[in-house]
Amino acid sequence: MKLSLIYRIAKSLLLARWRQTLVAAVGVTFSITMFIALLGFMTGLNDLLDGLILNRTAHVRLYNEIEPNTTQPINLSSEYRSSYNFVHSVKSVRSRQRIYNSGAILQALKADERVIGIAPKIQAQVFFNEGAVDITGVINGIDAEEESRLFHFSDYVIAGNAQDIAIVSNSIILGKGLADKLLASMGDVVQVTTISNERFPLKVVGIFQSGVQEFDKVQSYASLSTAQKILGEPNSYITDIQIKARNIEDAPKMAKELAQLFGTDAEDIQTANSQFETGSFVRSLISYAVGITLLIVAGFGIYNILNMMIYEKMDSIAILKATGFSGTDVNRIFMMIALSIGLFGGMLGLFFGFLTSLGIDQIPFNTTALPTITTYPVNYSPTFYFIGSAFSLVTTFLAGWAPAQKASMVDPVITIRGK
Amino acid sequence: MNKAVTLQTNQINKWFRDPISVHVLKDITFKIHAQEFVSVIGKSGCGKSTLLYILSTMDTDYEGDLIIGGENMRDHTEQQLAHVRNEKIGFVFQFHYLLSEFTVLENVMLPGLKLGRFPEELIREKALSRLDQLGIKKLADKNANQISGGEKQRVSIARALINDPSIIMCDEPTGNLDKVNSQIVFEIFKELTKTYHQTLLVVTHDPDFADNTDRIIEMEDGKIIKQ
Repeated sequence: MKLSLIYRIAKSLLLARWRQTLVAAVGVTFSITMFIALLGFMTGLNDLLDGLILNRTAHVRLYNEIEPNTTQPINLSSEYRSSYNFVHSVKSVRSRQRIYNSGAILQALKADERVIGIAPKIQAQVFFNEGAVDITGVINGIDAEEESRLFHFSDYVIAGNAQDIAIVSNSIILGKGLADKLLASMGDVVQVTTISNERFPLKVVGIFQSGVQEFDKVQSYASLSTAQKILGEPNSYITDIQIKARNIEDAPKMAKELAQLFGTDAEDIQTANSQFETGSFVRSLISYAVGITLLIVAGFGIYNILNMMIYEKMDSIAILKATGFSGTDVNRIFMMIALSIGLFGGMLGLFFGFLTSLGIDQIPFNTTALPTITTYPVNYSPTFYFIGSAFSLVTTFLAGWAPAQKASMVDPVITIRGK
Repeated sequence: MNKAVTLQTNQINKWFRDPISVHVLKDITFKIHAQEFVSVIGKSGCGKSTLLYILSTMDTDYEGDLIIGGENMRDHTEQQLAHVRNEKIGFVFQFHYLLSEFTVLENVMLPGLKLGRFPEELIREKALSRLDQLGIKKLADKNANQISGGEKQRVSIARALINDPSIIMCDEPTGNLDKVNSQIVFEIFKELTKTYHQTLLVVTHDPDFADNTDRIIEMEDGKIIKQ
């Protein structure tokens, strides 16, 4: 049987009761709209929150951990190789924190296909001196340009310019919390004492706010050379190499491989920040659950309306059957009706969902914790639109199934005799 | 008459089982030849409508054999029966049963489109000529629920004719019409048999109507008492 005829009959039946059809379609439209808006908004927030940490974190970080040496000298001795050695009271060693042969490692990483960029870093534990008070802090020696490019460093500098640490000698960018504690503002000079008890004056050229308060209370940034000077190390001294991978999923594998290759410790982002992934996952799950619930409710609406339509159209179904339409044809007609409601409602839903997303995107959202954000974040991923349209069709298909089955079972004799 | 047998029944029996078992049709055996104008009469409740539904293949719950155009309907699936109804049988009911969502013309065309033997344009022309033949061509573009009862009955006759069926079955076609319209419908039937050699089976309780047909099958209590 030709599909065009089925389509024509379905269309006539639909348009004859266009108000009911509209109500059913509006149900689908509403749920798809909410589905798209909700997921877009939720995912936008997720991305934002993840970005707080993940954007600024290296995918793989190479460093040297302070830890007990796994190979004790006795194990190296050929005399005791075959014996089982017990060593008591093993202590962590203050081994070199610097990454040995860093120049060569950087060269090798630059040639690696999987790496988008690398930023060397020096972490130095210091005390900031404010009158009689010493405040512990960390100075990160960074390459401001690379750091901004790879880890959005300059986005979080709320006063001054990130590049200034490279230009002005002996300069520092303080975390907002730290600056408040030190009563330091732009242009001031703060005193720093290193662990080896050397004092350094540093000029404040910027204030930095990450949105994570604990972080802002201890962290500060200086150029690589300034950090090297503070620590009294040569200019090949770096303690961390931060790597941004082309594909974040590769990070754990790369970490393992690089640790072995370069003889350093390596930490990947998944291990370091697993709690964020869990959080994102749960939030997405909740949004999907709510969206799908909405669609199921809309599905029941369609089911009701189709059922009602079948009772109303009993005569028409009987006459179609009497004039040679089989149960299968009738079934197809009603499935077509259900799917058109789904398709039409779903398409409108996608459109309105997009508009709602645009609307949410315009709502001001200012928070001190997130300096770069001015409006609510929204994600416009096509995946949601795809899932939304697929789901609207699936729901209407399922909602139409039972009524269509019922319609195909209508016995024309009972209807005609019943008059 | 030595003409080909269009429809034949052989020992058809039917029971209504719900709520109590009632034997409604008893050993119904008869033949309808091509080009015959046959009427079935009987009092209300004698089973004549029930018989018609069985003959129309819509009711499959019976015993015995129904043979249409040489094929036994017992072996047919629901799909095949639908096809038989579409191709070989035209229906006219007491209540006009048009699809109110469609225009008069579309109502007439639908069984033709379903059969799909001809392209749509040809079916449209045929439908229009049928409507013209029945004197209601001017109603073609009206909605099916905007026309009078007599006109509706003529539209359903046009619909029954669209696929050139081998037999047209009518269930009290004039039962719901006034005298004038009944007369018009009867004249149409007469013309169909005389001029177009159409085979007709009409269930009626109107003796005047039946008297004018070629053959009368009289039923009582589920049995044929005279044919």
